[in-house]
Amino acid sequence: MLKVEGLKVNYGMIEAVKGIDFEVHDGEIVALIGANGAGKTTTMHTISGLLKPSAGSITLDGKEVSRLPAHKIVELGIVQCPEGRRIFAQQTIEENLSLGAYARKDRKEIESDMEKVFDLFPILKERRKQLAGTLSGGEQQMLAMARALMAKPKIMLLDEPSMGLSPLLVKEIFYIIKDINRQGVTVLLVEQNAKMALGIANRAYVLESGKISLSGTGEELLNSDSVKKAYLGG
Amino acid sequence: MKFLSYLISGIRLGSIYAIIALGYTMVYGIAKMLNFAHGDVIMIGAYVAFFALYRAGFPLVAALLASVAVCTILGITIEKLAYKPLRSATSLAVLITAIGVSYFLQNAALLLWGSTSKIFPTILDYGFIELFGGELKISYQILITIATCIVIMVCLTLFVNKTRMGKAMRACSEDKDAARLMGINVNSVISLTFAIGSGLAAVASVLLCATYPTVTPTLGSMPGIKAFTAAVLGGIGSIPGAFLGGLLLGIIEVIAKVYISSELTDAIVFSVLVLVLLFKPTGLLGRKTSEKV
Repeated sequence: MLKVEGLKVNYGMIEAVKGIDFEVHDGEIVALIGANGAGKTTTMHTISGLLKPSAGSITLDGKEVSRLPAHKIVELGIVQCPEGRRIFAQQTIEENLSLGAYARKDRKEIESDMEKVFDLFPILKERRKQLAGTLSGGEQQMLAMARALMAKPKIMLLDEPSMGLSPLLVKEIFYIIKDINRQGVTVLLVEQNAKMALGIANRAYVLESGKISLSGTGEELLNSDSVKKAYLGG
Repeated sequence: MKFLSYLISGIRLGSIYAIIALGYTMVYGIAKMLNFAHGDVIMIGAYVAFFALYRAGFPLVAALLASVAVCTILGITIEKLAYKPLRSATSLAVLITAIGVSYFLQNAALLLWGSTSKIFPTILDYGFIELFGGELKISYQILITIATCIVIMVCLTLFVNKTRMGKAMRACSEDKDAARLMGINVNSVISLTFAIGSGLAAVASVLLCATYPTVTPTLGSMPGIKAFTAAVLGGIGSIPGAFLGGLLLGIIEVIAKVYISSELTDAIVFSVLVLVLLFKPTGLLGRKTSEKV
């Protein structure tokens, strides 16, 4: 479905991503793990069109998307739930969700889809008229994911969904990610919490200073000595 | 009764400031820049309305529409040519560019139409209504100015809060990259913002010339600076803030002129701004943005 080949991205003077290749197949959860500054978020931003690559290609079902503006990429079904949630704090939950559906052409179905999203996140339904900035960190993460779902993604890019959340909430968020995936959404997941990410991923790639150093199934990487040492605390 | 009539003329002046302030505040809210050429768009609007009325003999409404059309296109063009290439430049570079555009427009007007002031034809002269047995006279011109301002405020507030495009505008003003990730075309939102602000500048120019009928290449500078002050006073980025700031500034200006000193008026106006900012740095209705992690 999504194929990244020879991708290089410069961030100012620095080459943050130094030629990476990876693939996400239909229906998969693929994790991209690695330390801070490895180039994970840069990769996500480039796929979404917020950054332009200096070389390489990104294709969705064979169609080149890397030179398209960000809003066109969303229309094609590549939807990102960004790091740090980036919800619109001064708008209500409902308004945030309808912004999520901004790029959709099938306006009539948006309302019924909002109800479906509320089924997945009942807490948001209770607070639908509340300003998003008043939500707690975990609720904001749920809103960010719900907002991305409203775009009817073919593939959802999830950047650090567990950041700053309590272990209990992290478990809940990962459970929801699996649920979203079961409903037919392909997921590309970027995480520092390697253990949780590898636990739900079909396949995973390890990103190390802008290059992919390892890849395999989630299980393989969970049991790999080098991954254990570097990312799982021994 | 005299005080009441001064107050009303302050509200009239303030209404014009408020309409201009909207241009500053909306552009600041979305593009995070101070468009110092905004005052000069008013000037261009005044010339267009003048030529449409005086030379082409357009009726008032047609002249107004012509002025709005020209200013809207001018605003979009300025943004495309001067500001868009600087989207990722420092704010100082953008500010200096805006000042450059301002001088460019003034000098272009000087070159095209000369420095001799043109006298705007009398418009909106429909007489007075008398209240309190003739003690208080209010001209229809004043009423039309105030009503125009209120209608614009109501329409704009509804647009920003209720429409899909308005929500996209608010999203852009909060977080442009997140807005991009929603599929919002941020460049077209910025264009739209300049279009609305500049179109409103044209409306303000006609209302301004109805009151002060001399058209010169520097006509926009002072109202521009005053309206910018009004926008800051009310809280830049806030639409109700522009309304409140504009009205307050107009009232203070007129009252100070009449009761204190006409020479000191501007000093008093700016002192009020300084005082307000001392106690509330974000302006009267400005919000302090707080983030939750």
